[in-house]
This record gives sequence, structure tokens and C-alpha cells, in this order.
Amino acid sequence: MTVFVIRRLMQAIFVVFLMSVIVFFGVNVVGDPVYMLVSPDADQADIEAAIRRLGLDRPIWEQYFLFLKGALQGNLGDSFVFGEPALKLILHHMPATLELAFSALFLSIVLGIPLGLFSGLYPDNPVSKGIMAGSILGFSLPTFWVGLMLILLFAVELGWLPSTGRGDTASIFGIETSLATWDGIRHIFLPALNLSLLKISLAIRLTRAGVREAMGQDYVKYARAKGLSTSRIIFVHVMKNIMIPVVTVMGLEFGSLIGFSVVTETIFAWPGMGKLLIDAILQLDRPVVVAYLMIMVLFFVLINLVVDILYSVLDPRVRLQDQGA
Amino acid sequence: MRKLSAVAVATVSALALFTGAALAEKLTIGLASEPTSMDPHFHNLGPNNAMSVHIFDRLIAQDEKQRLSPGLAVSWKPIDDLTWEFKLREGVKFHDGSDFTADDVICTMERAPEVPNSPSGYGTYLKGKSFKKIDDYTVHAITEAPYPLMANDISTIPVISDSAGCGAATEDFNAGTASVGTGPYKFSDYKPGESITLVRNDDYWGDAPAWSEVEFRPIKSGPSRVAALLAGDVDMIAGVPTTDISTLEAKDDIQLSQGVSNRVIYLHMDQFRENSPFVKGNDGSEIKNPLMDQRVRLAISKAINRDAIVERVMEGVAIPAGQLLPEGFFGVSDKLSPEAYDPEAAKALLAEAGYGDGFQLTIHGPNDRYINDAKIAEAIGQMLTRVGIKTAVETMPRSVYFGRASRGSPDGLPEFSFILVGWGAGSGEASSPLKSLIHTFDKDKGFGSSNRGRHSNAEIDALIEEALRTVDDEKRQDLLAKSTEMAIENVAIIPTHFQVNTWAAKKGLKYTPRTDEYTLAMGVVKE
Repeated sequence: MTVFVIRRLMQAIFVVFLMSVIVFFGVNVVGDPVYMLVSPDADQADIEAAIRRLGLDRPIWEQYFLFLKGALQGNLGDSFVFGEPALKLILHHMPATLELAFSALFLSIVLGIPLGLFSGLYPDNPVSKGIMAGSILGFSLPTFWVGLMLILLFAVELGWLPSTGRGDTASIFGIETSLATWDGIRHIFLPALNLSLLKISLAIRLTRAGVREAMGQDYVKYARAKGLSTSRIIFVHVMKNIMIPVVTVMGLEFGSLIGFSVVTETIFAWPGMGKLLIDAILQLDRPVVVAYLMIMVLFFVLINLVVDILYSVLDPRVRLQDQGA
Repeated sequence: MRKLSAVAVATVSALALFTGAALAEKLTIGLASEPTSMDPHFHNLGPNNAMSVHIFDRLIAQDEKQRLSPGLAVSWKPIDDLTWEFKLREGVKFHDGSDFTADDVICTMERAPEVPNSPSGYGTYLKGKSFKKIDDYTVHAITEAPYPLMANDISTIPVISDSAGCGAATEDFNAGTASVGTGPYKFSDYKPGESITLVRNDDYWGDAPAWSEVEFRPIKSGPSRVAALLAGDVDMIAGVPTTDISTLEAKDDIQLSQGVSNRVIYLHMDQFRENSPFVKGNDGSEIKNPLMDQRVRLAISKAINRDAIVERVMEGVAIPAGQLLPEGFFGVSDKLSPEAYDPEAAKALLAEAGYGDGFQLTIHGPNDRYINDAKIAEAIGQMLTRVGIKTAVETMPRSVYFGRASRGSPDGLPEFSFILVGWGAGSGEASSPLKSLIHTFDKDKGFGSSNRGRHSNAEIDALIEEALRTVDDEKRQDLLAKSTEMAIENVAIIPTHFQVNTWAAKKGLKYTPRTDEYTLAMGVVKE
């Protein structure tokens, strides 16, 4: 186990380093941040001063080594636009994104798995067919359109829920979160639902396929023959076996919930990292884009590690030592 | 639900009429773009400036048409060629109760150009000026040469408090401890990306602020902003997308406010290269740059159907342009009108210039900077193709576009041949576009910094420079108008239209539109 973790960490460091090269050079060849920042009234001397202040007059490899040097000391550079450390900005916006992602994950589990279980157990039931049809919509409708429709329906027409923003926050265990107040929960419901729709569909389909396959297996027949109750067969034996792919996929998808909540955050004006990233891209705030992507790389590496470890808990046949790479 | 709240607003505003403005009332505004800081000297950017007007007064205020009026200075005048005297308002208190004096002005003018990490500061407006305290309520500004635009420049500088703000860092302003001004509203809370809350300054020296509390919420996405207004989550929104205007007009509980902006949308043409990279002969071969020929430029101007752009692309929400600023601004000419659409004359001019068979051209433009910018570029491409100039259209995000348009070619020159751009006159008068767009590109003097077509005419240059030396307002107005007329006659640039901005509010609220595109709580009144 320890060997495995160490080896995975080494790989992770290499991946992170490689990504830093790709990300830094990739981001730095696009566009010209100077003209995004200086006021149009600025004259040529002002523009040149801005270029020097941002360090853009240096050759790109020199800029990269300065970045790398700072990164090793935990400094991912200062935002061009806000003048503050990029890392600080991202960490400041992280709680809002995390609570949104966790809420979406929560919704996709509590809605997706039971619905998938039902449609797997009763595949010919009309309700099951309805669920499956719904999950196709969840896959195929674009997020921004669904988001706007949710706002139109629940905020504009019915007036039940607020359309945008984060609402009141309060602190739980020292973390400011919307989930601690009723107003906050009202605000988070629509964006979380919007973000989770695709994941709900995914959970439904994975669970359903797993259940249908497992129900025909010998061990289920044997358990039946032994006279175990149906609920025990389903919830102990079947569920335990079908959860492996579900956990793997949901784990990876959790990363994408955080990384790609951009669309949802923009539509619902949710003050999270995704919105920060979009603004940074539009304004060519390179240090923020680079820092964000680097943090995302770390996230995905970490999530993969956790998923691998969860595997071994769910299925003792998976031995981490043997996994090699 | 919505009907009910509309009734409630109507009742409350009726009550307010009887009881004066003292009622505790909160106003929530959805903004299209967000300030990057609460430090008023950090970033010289529209949204930042609009926000800082609430908290920090200027010595000289700009009204909704950008005309100057007394702010923290009651009067200002040149006392000799190189000195301007400002008499300060007495009895003004900062939000923390301290008195406003000349010391605050001096420290403000010293801090404004020197904020660390500032992406684009206020140095532009303070260059070549030094400030001297004469007594507690008199300040002198000294320049190296006669400088008529002193008042315009000074009207852009937010005045901060010597004791609370001058030694403070940007973070202290964001946290609120240094955000102490003399303005109508006081800093209350700043959550970046989420909300900015201000409360009424009951001791304000000017007109009493109408709202006890104002909350600004940045909502970048246009449709979401409109939805937030319709859902009643915000009372007013800025930057209504043109596609939503007719929908909102049809709603009984929504009220629109529209006003012309100081922003002109125009075309810049390469006038400095014999071989312009995006101009080709009909067979794709290199040709001598036809845009250097004034007749060709005039032909292009005549080929553009400005009314069609306004009616069809802008959904009627724009004004055809014939010069650099809309009428009513200082320095505009009353002799100019938009070039009439005349494709036959355009063809004749092209033939006369030796391009009877036309040529190939590419128009470049941004697709996320001005209202409907990419659609306008496409429309212009079609119009030019109709008179024989086969025009390709290429639009790109502004983050890529402006850098390339300014210095994208291998030798650091403008990369494109024919571009769509916009210019907002921040100072509210004609010297701003003349200086930056029309004057010959001159790095040493700082002129022509946005002259991406590199039009150059010594006569116009001389007129502009003379205007910038002339302190007499009437003479300067004439010089600016004259330079504008010559620039248009030479077709230095081709103006297409002036933008019109739209705000929407729920019924009972009215916004006074501003030419500088700012969204201010002071401009929101109950009807």
C-alpha cells in the first residue's frame, strides 16, 4: 500500500511538472494581456511601462523559470487584473465551487442510484422507461440551455427560487458555506441541480446496467435459493458488487464537477472558481489561468488516487501493490 | 407574486413622496461587468470608476452628459499660463468624521499614479502636473506648458482621505478600512464576484442619497441578468442585450432607459504600407495598397449603409455617425453629418481611382467587445462586396484582437489592413479621440497611441496640438471642430454609429442614462 502510494505520488509529480510546461507555454502564446489591461487613454509610454511591470518584456523561457521558481515556494504569481496572488484568489473562490460540486454530487447519488436501481429491477415498468428517457435528455441537453430554462421556470414564472447569486452564508466548522442557511440552500438548489443533471443520468445508467447484469448471476440465484430476503440480496450482495464502476466513474466525474462548473457558475452568477476562470480567460489574466489549471491537475491526480484506494476497500481482490502503473 | 411586489413598490414609492426620502429602502442592481477592486486608484477601468463615484467624490464632477460641475472644488480657473487654482469646498466631512482639506487633495494626487501592482493607473491624467497646498482650502496645480484639459483630467481622480487612505494598500480598500471617502454612499461590504454593498451617507454635502442601502450584483451573462430582473431578484440591470429589448418593452412591469454613449464605432484603414497584408488583387496577387488613396476610402464610406446597420443589426438601438462624438459634446462640429449611402457613387469613385474591378480585402474585428460587433463586421463585409470590394470577415475574442491590431506584425506594427474598433471619449470631449486616433503616431509625444491605421496629416496634427495648448474654451472648441472636419474630409477613419446603452428597471424606477456608460445608484429615481 505504502509503496503504491509513493509510486503514485512520484508519477503525480512528473505529471504536474509536465503539465506546468504545457499550460504555461500554452497560455502565454495566446493574445496580448497588455491591451486588455491598460486604459484606452494610455499613451505609448504607459503601455510600455505596463509591459515591463507585468514582466512581459522578458523572453518566455525566462518567464517560465521565474514562474517555476515561485511555484516551488508556493507562489503561483500575481493576478494581472486584481494585483493579488493568484493562489489566494482561487482559494478564496474555492469554497463556493466545492459546496456546489458536493451538492451536485449529493443530488446525483441520492437521485441517480435509487432511480437506476428501480429501473434495473423493473426494466419493463413504464416508470422505468420514463426514467431512461429522462436520462437521455440529461445527457443530451446543453447545460447552459437547461440552466436558463430552470431559471425561467422556477425563478421567473413560478417565483419559488432565486435566479442568481449565492445568498446568505454561515459557518460550519469554520468554513463559510451556503449550506448552513435556508436562504443559502434556496440559492444553491438550482445551480446544483443544473450541474448534476448529467451526473444523475450517468448514475442511473451505470446502476441500471450493473443491477441487470448482477441479477442474472449465479451468486444472486444462490442467495435466492438460500432463502435470503429480496431486500438483503439487493442492498447487500448486488449493491456491493455494482458499486465499483459507479464509484470509479462518479469519482472521476466529481473532478469534472469542480473543473467544469464554469458554465453553471456563469449562468447562475455563482461566485466560484469556474466564474473566476472564465473572467480570467476573457481578460487574459494569465497567472490566474495557469494557477487554476495547475490546481486542477493536482485535483485530478488526487482524486484518481482516492478512487484507487476506495477500490480495494470495496473489492478485496484488487491489490494495490500489484497494480504497477 | 411579481404583480404583488410591483404593487408593493408602487405603494412604497407613493409613501416616499409624502414622507420624503428618509424611508429605509434598499436598491439592488445587476451589473454586466464588475470592478476589479475597491481601491479607487488601482485600475483605470469603467466599472471601477463607476463604483468609486459612489464612495469618493472628485474635485470636479461629471454629470450624466459628462459636463463638468463643482465637486469637492467649488471653483477652478487658470491664474496664469502654467497654474490652475482650485478653491475647495468647506465643511465637507469624510465618512469617518474627519474634515476634508487641501492635505487630502495633495496626498490623493501623489498616491493616484503610484499604486503598486496597478494594471493601469491614473498616471495618464496626472503626467506633467505638480500640486501645491496654498492654504487649507486652496490648491494650485502647476504644469510645464499651458494645459487646457486640466479640469477634465482632474475630474477623473477620486479623492481619498489623507488619514485613512493615503498610506493604505489596495487590500485595505478591499477590506473597507481605507475606503473612506466623502461620497454619497459609504462602503459596507465587498465580496468579489458576488456583491458590493453600500449604505447611505446621511451627512452628504450634496443632494441627499435616495437609497438607504444599495447592493450591486455582478451578473455577467446577459440572459441571466434579464432573468434576475424578471424574477425580481434585482431592481435594475445594466447592459440589456439588444435581442431582449423588444421582449422587455412588451412587459408592463418593466421600464427601459436608453441613452447615447460617448462611444463611436469606426473603421480604421491601413494608410502607411505600400503592401498591406490583407489587401489583395482580384486574383490574389500583391497590389499597391488602395486604402492609401483617399477616393477609395471615401468609396468605402459611401458603400456603408449606416441606417441598415442601425435598423437591422442594432435593432434600432444606435445612432448613425458622421464624426467622432455624438452631438452635444464639447468640440463636435455642427457641419458634419453621416455619409449618405450611395453605392453608385462608391463604384464611380473606385473606377476613378483605378479599381473599377475592385480588389480583395479582409475586415478584422472583435466578437466580444462592442454591442453586436461581429454582426456589424459581417454586414460591412457584405456591403463592400456589393460595390466590388470582395471582403472577407474575420472576428476574434478581444483578448487576441487588440494586441494583434496594435502591434501584431513581425516588426511590431499593426497587423491588419482594415479593422472595426470603438472609442469611448473618457474625458467627454473631442480632443480624446483626435489625440489618440487621428494624430500621427508619435511615441515620444504620446500621440496617436491607438492610431492603428497610421493616418498622418501634418496640418491636422498642428491643429490638434494647438487645441491642446489653447486654454480659451471657445477657441479650443473651434479648433477641435475644425480638426474633426479635416479628419473626416480626409477619411482618416470611417465612423459608422454611436452606441446607445440600455438599462432596464422594474416599474416605478427610472434611470438617467449616462454617456460614460456608468451605472450609478444616484441616477436611479422613484417615479
